[in-house]
Order: sequence, then structure tokens, then C-alpha cells
Amino acid sequence: MAYVAIADRDHEIEHHDPQTFITKYVWSQDHKVIAVQYGLTAIFVGVIALILSAMMRLQLGFPEDVHFVNPENYYQFITMHGMIMVIYLLTALFLGGFGNYLIPLMCGSRDMVFPYMNMLSYWVYLLSVLILLASFFVPGGSTGAGWTLYPPQAIMPGTPGVEWGIVLMLISLAVFIVAFTMGGLNYITTVLQARCRGMTLMRMPLSVWGIFTATVLGLLAFPALLVSAIMMLLDKTLMTSFFMPAVSSMGADPGYTGGSPILFQHLFWFFGHPEVYIVALPAFGIVSDLLSTHARKNIFGYRMMVWAIIAIGGLSFIVWAHHMYVSGMHPYFGFFFATTTLIIAVPTAIKVYNWVLTLWQGHIHLRTPMLFAIGFIFTFIHGGLTGLFLGNVTIDLPLSDTYFVVAHFHMVMGVSPILVVFGAIYHWFPKITGKMYNETLGKWHFWMTFLGTYAIYLPMHYLGFQGVPRRYFAMGNTDFLPASAQDLNAAITVSALFVAATQILFFVNVIWSLKSGKPAGSNPWKATSLEWQTPDTPPKHGNWGHDLPVCYRWAYDYSVPGYPDDFIPQNVPPDKAPAGREHGGDH
Amino acid sequence: MPFAVVLILLVVGSILFHLFSPWTFTPLASNWGRVDFTVDVTLYVTAIIFIGVNLFVAIAIIKFRHREGHESKARYSPENKRLETFLTVLTAVGVAAMLTPGLLVWSEFVDVPEEAHVVEAVGQQWTWNYRYPGADGKLGEVDAERVSEGNPFGIDPDDPRGADDIVVMSPEAHLPVGAPVKFLLRSKDVLHDFAVAQFRVKMDLVPGMDTYMWLTPTENGRYEILCEELCGIAHHTMRGAVVVEDAADFETWLSNQPTFAETQSAPAGDAMVGAGQYAVCSACHGAQGEGQQAMNAPKLAGLDRWYVERQLRAYKQGLRGTHEDDTFGKQMAPMAAMLADDTAIANVAAHISRLPDTAAPATVEGNADNGRRLAAVCAYCHGADGMGNYATNAPRYAGMSDWYLARQLANFRDGVRGAHPQDYYGMQMGFMGRILKDDQAINDLVAYINTLDTESTADMTARNGE
Repeated sequence: MAYVAIADRDHEIEHHDPQTFITKYVWSQDHKVIAVQYGLTAIFVGVIALILSAMMRLQLGFPEDVHFVNPENYYQFITMHGMIMVIYLLTALFLGGFGNYLIPLMCGSRDMVFPYMNMLSYWVYLLSVLILLASFFVPGGSTGAGWTLYPPQAIMPGTPGVEWGIVLMLISLAVFIVAFTMGGLNYITTVLQARCRGMTLMRMPLSVWGIFTATVLGLLAFPALLVSAIMMLLDKTLMTSFFMPAVSSMGADPGYTGGSPILFQHLFWFFGHPEVYIVALPAFGIVSDLLSTHARKNIFGYRMMVWAIIAIGGLSFIVWAHHMYVSGMHPYFGFFFATTTLIIAVPTAIKVYNWVLTLWQGHIHLRTPMLFAIGFIFTFIHGGLTGLFLGNVTIDLPLSDTYFVVAHFHMVMGVSPILVVFGAIYHWFPKITGKMYNETLGKWHFWMTFLGTYAIYLPMHYLGFQGVPRRYFAMGNTDFLPASAQDLNAAITVSALFVAATQILFFVNVIWSLKSGKPAGSNPWKATSLEWQTPDTPPKHGNWGHDLPVCYRWAYDYSVPGYPDDFIPQNVPPDKAPAGREHGGDH
Repeated sequence: MPFAVVLILLVVGSILFHLFSPWTFTPLASNWGRVDFTVDVTLYVTAIIFIGVNLFVAIAIIKFRHREGHESKARYSPENKRLETFLTVLTAVGVAAMLTPGLLVWSEFVDVPEEAHVVEAVGQQWTWNYRYPGADGKLGEVDAERVSEGNPFGIDPDDPRGADDIVVMSPEAHLPVGAPVKFLLRSKDVLHDFAVAQFRVKMDLVPGMDTYMWLTPTENGRYEILCEELCGIAHHTMRGAVVVEDAADFETWLSNQPTFAETQSAPAGDAMVGAGQYAVCSACHGAQGEGQQAMNAPKLAGLDRWYVERQLRAYKQGLRGTHEDDTFGKQMAPMAAMLADDTAIANVAAHISRLPDTAAPATVEGNADNGRRLAAVCAYCHGADGMGNYATNAPRYAGMSDWYLARQLANFRDGVRGAHPQDYYGMQMGFMGRILKDDQAINDLVAYINTLDTESTADMTARNGE
């Protein structure tokens, strides 16, 4: 059996423990430290992106009173906000952060297979972040091309940051992809080669399945972004014409000829749509484990869940042009992409059904991670259902490029994954730090974030129905919009500022709990998966002490009949506890 | 328990918000009612799922939540094949119910009726123009490399199909009601998107290729066009309108628009004749067009011809100088009305373009450093040197009367100028003027403009005078 190769040779492999502060916390090769480094960096840039969104919302809500935002920096803010949130926060946090932390612990490995490359991955990621942030300070500022960076506008006069900002953005993306590739190869190899004895693929927790599949998607999708970034850099700096047709720009001829702006869109969305699932699949996996653990019940339909993750991952590569129904591409593509897009709703719906069926007949403990998990179900249902509007090619005619789109993708790709991020941080905080977080603060954080974000995004869909376009600095006097549309915009801004301010609770909680939190013990949630069975909490370098764990069962043996405890850890052998039915049989 | 209550309240609240929201689709003005139908089908199917699943969660929380003192155990139930199969099939049926109307309506949208008449909408940063095929029913060849001030569409002058093309140098298009129209969409520079909310359909404009969409306008009226694909810093100001009217009114309007050939052969303004007409202007604006602040008359020398002509037409047509608070604009309007026609306007503009240009004296005081930051936005259209650009419809401001600039910026900001629905270029400045916080910001901006080097104005005069 190939997958136990590394576990079988465990005692032959030398593990050199870090000696100094520098090798322990800075140039660390320990996946847990790298995970925290990834996480902190991602959250740091995420806070910057959050502040940018607050400034945008101030302008949109109160255009007459806000004067520190002008069209130039408004478009810079929306661009940087979008790019940071999607790539530098969510992708980095789910894969670099949670992927790094959870894969070796949940698979029963000592570390990633290539620890040095893992370390390099973080530092290259940090470099990409620094290049990105540097673009705020170059002449002309960062690019204002929108996070989709569509040419020709991204590299032509009329767009902010056309001199330096766009160049740094493209370089930063290329560097990020290098970092992701180093990390991603590591995650895949570790999952495939370094699981402990007995950890078959169909015993892995769904978190690992989600992260693993997302990483495969990333390795297949990011190259499309890499080539488009490089080609656009060449168009910008060497006047090639990959994406640039002959144009007359503000009365001047910039000298391009023969390129195709639509080609860029195809490449971008060939990356961009799988990117949605690069963020969503880890969230799907993690939320499954949160629901199961805190409902004290096995995840319902585990095998179906695994196949749904794989099916969604596969389908995500043949739906990309649903972002382009009104882009001017051949309209006959609409038939194909609308069909594939709506088909992807089926495995996605199965996941939702199985989450809610997991709650049914469970023993639901409404602790903070569980609140976030159930909150996710609500927002994800909402965002998923509005996706059925936009995925259906005809409905894209009125709704494309309106606030309906903004509301949809923020529900499905902003709020939903972020709720999972918070749920996951609260859930694993005791393992990562050894301290318990403050439950009261955590609950307040949840309620204000959950209700606040719904107050932002539910009304926003209706501005879209009305025809309010996205990416407008101001609506001005538009006859078909009633004055109340602006009032609604102001109310949305108030909600957005409220939610943004609320996030302080999270940081207070983390800092307070680090200092004064109660010791958590090794398995406060009485969870079954291996990361809760480590000999030390927080786990030490090498994770498992002298001997690697051996896995005897799936990760969901909760409330097995005939056993006194309501959970049986994966490393408890069958002679000490009944073998759960794993994934067979009806109830 | 509170969570279950909140979930139920959120579901009920969402339904109530939907039912009572005043924010919904604008009244339909085209044949695309089936788009709305598809939306409705999707709404009903998704609403059932939204309500059903969330209530299920709420009930699960109520029934199966942990309660102190009630030590119960969860049920161990890994799978249920029948249930999973049932739910999968049910979902597939729902998806098919939504997809079917979607694909059917799309097949109508991609299939343009043969009798549809053609209108070409041309987008550029940041305005719209239109072209209608002339008597031959065909549009002439166009090419981005031919675009120039005299040929803004880039029409091939050697293409016989292009000579009779009717060109509309305004963001406003007219359509006859009840007749299917195929919009050919073309961009000169970047991506744009032609969208009219009441028509329900939209499509991107892509430089280097022609895109299209079709519709039949069903209701007379004036409908705003919004650009809905990010096209740069003034994206939100890229507005236009479609006027839907009876066929006879449409024909009248169309016959008043020039053909491409006419625009190419139109005589340039005669500066000699214009000099005579300028005598009236000189009473206030000065013999050399140098402007007189005491008369509230700004400097004219150094302005581009196209801008002078456009403003004179705007005064004449009542797009400018009609707001009750526009005291000095109201003085100018009757003066412009004295010019009989476009030829007279062209003559005066030709004369003005020959007047010697010397920088106007600085009268406004402000913080030029702060002004430079503000001017970064202005430079996108007016140029970093403030010398203007016909292609962005932006006049020169460097070296012009600063007190006048300050007053106009305030007018734009306050809606005294640019508020007329057909003053599209003034409307754009209204958007930009509102960025300026207060009069101090205006003064700072103008103080910076006063520091701009206007030596290159000599070139400008030479160009206009040739």
C-alpha cells in the first residue's frame, strides 16, 4: 500500500527539531507555525481590505458628505478590496492556513512531506503581499481596473494606476501563484503519501477532502491566471497585443492591433470560476466537521459528500463562461454554460441537504463554532439560490453587472466562507493555542456579524432588480431610480460599518483568550478526528511524540449505539470500542 | 432556541421584504416579458427551497438542541440511500424547471428577427454615439485607426456604403415604437456595456469586434442608457438615452441628422464672417476674447472650436442658461440665440479660434498643493496640462479665466449647470463637481490650474487657426 510508505518508515526518518527562536517561529519548517504565519498575514491584509470596503460603502451611502473618496481612489479601493479578499485572504487562509494546520494533524502525519518548500511557500506568499501593498505607494497608486483586471481598460489611460499599479498587481499575482504551487504540491503529496496507518481515503475527515480537492483545483486553475498575468504584462510593457485590439484611446492610437479582450476573459474565468470552489470546498469540508462534532452525530451521507466535493470540483472547470453571458462571446455558448452551471446545483444541493440532515436527530450544542456553522448554512443557501438566477443565461440579461451580482457573490463567496473561517478559528483555537476562547464574546461576535451581513446583502439584491449597476462611484440623478434607492444604499452602508466595527470583538477575544483563556485540555469538544488525539496540546514539533497514531475508523463515530461515550476517536481500536457502521446501511 | 426563532424570523422577514419592497424591476418597455417570466419561475422554485430548508433547520434546532439535564444521545444514522436518491431527483426536477424557460428565452434572444432594423451604438470613454444605415440600408466599413476629430466614427471614406450613413453625435438615440431593432455594438477603446433597465437586455461592447442584441420597444418614452461594464474612472458618468416614439416622429428626427458625407463636406466656419458677428460678443468678452471679469464674461481666446460651438448650441437649445440660479448663463442665452444657425455658430467659433491667446490673470487664491491632488481626477479627461481633449469632450482650462472656472465648478456641483437631462457633458461635470467638498476646495483646484504652464497654447492657436 503506497500511502503508508512514509508512516511505515517513520522511525527511520530523522526529524530535526528546531533549535532557536528564529528556526522555531520565523524560518520555521513546522506546518503548524507556517499555518499560523499564513493565517496572521492573510487576516492582516483582510483587515486592510475590510477598511477599503468601509470607505467604499461610505461613498456609496453618503456621496454628498464623503469627500475623501474620489472616483480615482474609489476604483482603486474596489479593485484592491476584491483581489485581496479573494486571493490574498481567502485562498491563502483556507489552503495556506487551515490546509497547513489540519492536513498533517488530521491525516496522522508528522508534518508536510516537504517542510522546507512549505516554509518557502509562506515567505514567497509574504513577498507577493508586500508587492501588492507596495502598489498603494507607487506614482499613480494601485490599479483601479476592477478585480477582474479586464483589458484593454486595465492597461489603458482612463484607469487609475495604469503606469505602475497594474504592473505590481500582475507581478504580485504571479509571485502568489508560485507560492501557492509550492504549498499546493505539498498538500497533495502529504494527503496521498503521508497518512498514518489505517487512514484510508474514505476515512479522512471532510475538511481534508475539501482542502485536498480545492488544492487540486488550484494547481489546475492558477496556471490560467499566471499566463494571463504574464501576457498582460507583456502587452503593457512590450506593447505586444495578446489581449489588445486596435483601439483609439482618447483620440490617440496606442499602437496595438489584433489582440482579443475576450480571450483574457476566458483565461481569467477559467481560473476564476474554479477559484470560487477553491474557497468554497475547504469551507464545505470544515463546516461538515463542525456540524458533526457539535451535533454529536455522524455527518449524514459521508460517501455522497465526498463524491459531491469531487463532482463539484470537476464541474467547476466547465462552467466558467457563465461569467461572460453578456460579454459579447458567441451567444450559443450560453446554452452550454447555463446547462452545466445549473447541473452543478445538484451536487451542491446534496451537500446542503446532508448538512441539515446531520442536524436532524442530533444532539446540538450551540457553541460559538456551531453558531457560525449553522449561520453558514443559511447564508450559503441564500447565496447558492441567487446563483441559480445568474447562472441561468436569460436572467443574466437584466441582472448581470448590477448590485444583484454584488449581493450574490458576497453572500456565497464572502459572507459564507468568512463565517466558516470564524467558526473554524473558534473550533480549533483550543488546539492551536491550548487556551479556551471566551464563549460570550464569541456568541456576540457571531450574532452581530451574521445579522449585520444579512442586513447588508438581502436589500442589495433588490437594488439589482431595480437596475442599479455595480462599480458606480455614484448614481447621481437617474430617472428610473426612486430616491428611496439611495436611502436603501445609506442603510446598507450603516449595516456594513456596523459589521466592520463588530470584528473588533473577534480580535479582543483572541488576544484576551491568549492571555487569560482557561486551559482547553486536549479534546474539549470530545471530537473523533486525530488532531484532537495528540499527546500534547498545542501539539509539539512532530505532532505525535514517539509513535504515529493508527486509524481504525472513520472520523464520524459519534453517538455509536452501545458505547458509553458519545464519541469514539479514530485511533481507538475495534477491540476497545464497537466498530461504527461507517458508511453502510439505512437507519 | 433563540437561533431557531431568529432563523424563522429571517425567513419570514425575507418574504415580507420581498413582498413589500418598493425596489423591484422597472416597468417593462420592451418585448422581453419572457425574461421577467423566467425570473419569476426561478424566484418561486428557489423560494420554496429557501423556506423549506431553513424551516427544517429551525425545527431541528428546536427538537434536537442540547438542554441541560436532558441527556439524550444523537441517533447514529450514517446514510439513507432512498432519501438521498429522492432528494437528488427532486433537485434535478427543480433545476430542469428553471433551466427550460431560460434556454427557450435565450434561443429567442440569439435569433434576431430578419425584419429588425439596425442601429449601431458606439461607445467610447465616456459617451455614446450612434449610426443608422442610410438609404442603402447598409453601414460603411469602420476602423479604429481612422478615428479622428473630423471622423469620430472612423468610417472608411472610400466605402460607398458609408457615405449615406446617418451619424448621431449625441448620446441620445431615437427608435420607432413597435419595430424590432438590432443594436450593433462597437467600442472605440475599452469594454463598455449597453444597458437600458426597462428593456431588460444588455450586452458588452468589445473593441476589435462587433457584438449585438435585439429588442422591440413597446412603450413610448425616454429611457436612460447606463454603461454597465467598468470602463475607467468616469464609468458612472457614461450615460445616454433612448427615445422611443411613433414612427413618424422617428422619421422626422432621423431626417434632421446629418449623413457621414454631409459631415465630411460641411464648410469650415468662415472666420471673416464670424469676425463681424463677434462684434456683439466683444462688448463683454473683449475685442481679443480676453474676457472681462467686471462683465462676468470669461476669456474665450484659446478655446477649442468644437467646445465653443457646442456651448453656443447648448445656450441656443436651452440646455444651458435656463436654470433660474444661473444668473450669468441667462444673460448669455439670448446672445447665443442671435446666431441664426449652425453656420453662424461655426463662423463665430472660427473667429474666436484665431484670437491671440494670452494666459488670463490669476484672481482666485487657494492652496495649489491641495489643488494638485484634486486635479488628478480632472486630468483623466482634460489632460495633465489642462489643455483639453476633443476625444473626451473635455475643454481646455489651463490659462483660462480662473474666477469663471470657480463659478462653473460651483454651478456644476450645485446643479445650476449640467442639470438639463440632455446636457450629457454638463451632467458628467456635475458628477465630478460634487467631489469638491466646499468652495475652498474649488479655490484650491483653480489655484493649481493657475500654475499650469500654458506655453504650449501657441501650438493650440496655430492648430485652430490653420
